[in-house]
Amino acid sequence: MATVEIPKEQKAEVPSFSSPATDKPTTITLRIARSNPSEGTLTKFDEFKIPVQKWTTVLEAILYVKQNFDHSVAVRYSCRQASCGSCGMKINGKPSLACYTKISELDSNIITVEPMNNFPIIRDLTVDFKQLFSTHKKMKPFVISEESEITSGTKESIQTPKDLEKFLQFSYCIKCGLCNSACPTMSTDSSFIGPQGLTQAYRYVADNRDKGTKERLKIVDQSHGIWRCHFAGSCSHVCPKGVDPAMAIQMLRGYLLGFGK
Amino acid sequence: MRESIIMKIHYGTALGAVALVAVHILFRMTQKFSDSLQYQNVLANYHFLPYALMLEVVLVLLAVHGFNGLRVILLELKQGVAYERVINYGSIAAMAILIAYGSRTILMAGMGI
Amino acid sequence: MAERLSNREGIKGMANPTRYGIERVAYWLQRLSGLGLLAYLIGHIYETSTIVNGKIAWDKMLALTETPQGHIILTIVIGMCVFHTGNGIRLMISESGKGLGKPGQPEYPYKASSLNYKQRLCIWVSIALAALAMMYGAAVLFGD
Repeated sequence: MATVEIPKEQKAEVPSFSSPATDKPTTITLRIARSNPSEGTLTKFDEFKIPVQKWTTVLEAILYVKQNFDHSVAVRYSCRQASCGSCGMKINGKPSLACYTKISELDSNIITVEPMNNFPIIRDLTVDFKQLFSTHKKMKPFVISEESEITSGTKESIQTPKDLEKFLQFSYCIKCGLCNSACPTMSTDSSFIGPQGLTQAYRYVADNRDKGTKERLKIVDQSHGIWRCHFAGSCSHVCPKGVDPAMAIQMLRGYLLGFGK
Repeated sequence: MRESIIMKIHYGTALGAVALVAVHILFRMTQKFSDSLQYQNVLANYHFLPYALMLEVVLVLLAVHGFNGLRVILLELKQGVAYERVINYGSIAAMAILIAYGSRTILMAGMGI
Repeated sequence: MAERLSNREGIKGMANPTRYGIERVAYWLQRLSGLGLLAYLIGHIYETSTIVNGKIAWDKMLALTETPQGHIILTIVIGMCVFHTGNGIRLMISESGKGLGKPGQPEYPYKASSLNYKQRLCIWVSIALAALAMMYGAAVLFGD
């Protein structure tokens, strides 16, 4: 595939998607970052002209490239409906889910897709989630309770709708990693727990069935823990599920400062 | 020292510094600005014991708050056991040096040396 | 090499105030003003130490600082101080868990409750107060 570098300074036109479904699709330029760290290749951009319609998502555009131009583009995806969190990537400079971002929302006919920042690149758009998963595990993401074993006489854990509401939104995390990619602290601090881990720590601290608050607070109360968050809010800005990691982190901090209960 | 204790100190010094720096600035407004910077007027401030003590407290609060903030920024920029140790002790040293140098000024000016 | 492999944005990413709204700008300004104020504190401690060397040394230092350039720097310091204070108080309140809204069932379009109008208002008020303080400070310094 011959590639032509379009200078970044070139003003990207806003394509018109006002034509009805039966009309001809619009054409946009999709720039995909290509790299293979295992072979030591530096990142370069391949460009493809893609026909899109009003509802075409970035993921569909990438899969169109794979089907018609270059099947070697490495991209991770699964559910195509913002449930699995697999297709996180940087789209026009902002971390987003490719399946959840429509081309028409981006107001540009040049779409640049790159791998998410702050995650090691495996190839092209695919990144390594090892650190996210290991940090998540460190937060002990399970209910800690002496009564977790079912024996005779065990009763169910009582949880009112009000109790559930205190942590429910934080349990909707799909581990897409967009928050970690957007976080300014994670740009430089490789030891920082990250918004995802801290949010999950709070999810369990706020759960009335959990008795492991002290353990979790000890884990997050370290020099590269919760105190390296400065409420820039970028994590909440990019979260596709409304988890609002920034809220969870500040509320967890309130616990540590003695304000929470 | 646990990070939560350090951050409580950071917040405490911030609140204290806000109040006392406001007093420090308002003192400059008791006269015309250029007059308030004249040698005799400044010296008179140092001879006034409550104000001199307040300056000492401001110095300590701001040195702690400022260098702890710098420590946080530097710790986020690079990680490593040796580097972090250098930053932590270096920040404490910098605080101590600044407080010592500023206290020297307050003491000497206050005692008329 | 390690940094390239880890694909971290580095200082460029940390220091970029764009892309994510006013809260990210406030984070960047808080850092910048904090560093600026620390530099000013060190300079101010040195500047005021000349008083112990007598009137001549003090007047020499004043001649250096009581200049239009010195006044411009002081005006900027006033602005940084007011913004850092205002935004810092907002952060202290938010970081204790107040003013963030209440957790609940997220509803599409999933607007984050913590990035609410109260936070944005406090940021803009801090910026406005800093601007007002700078104008007042400039009026006092240059009007004298």
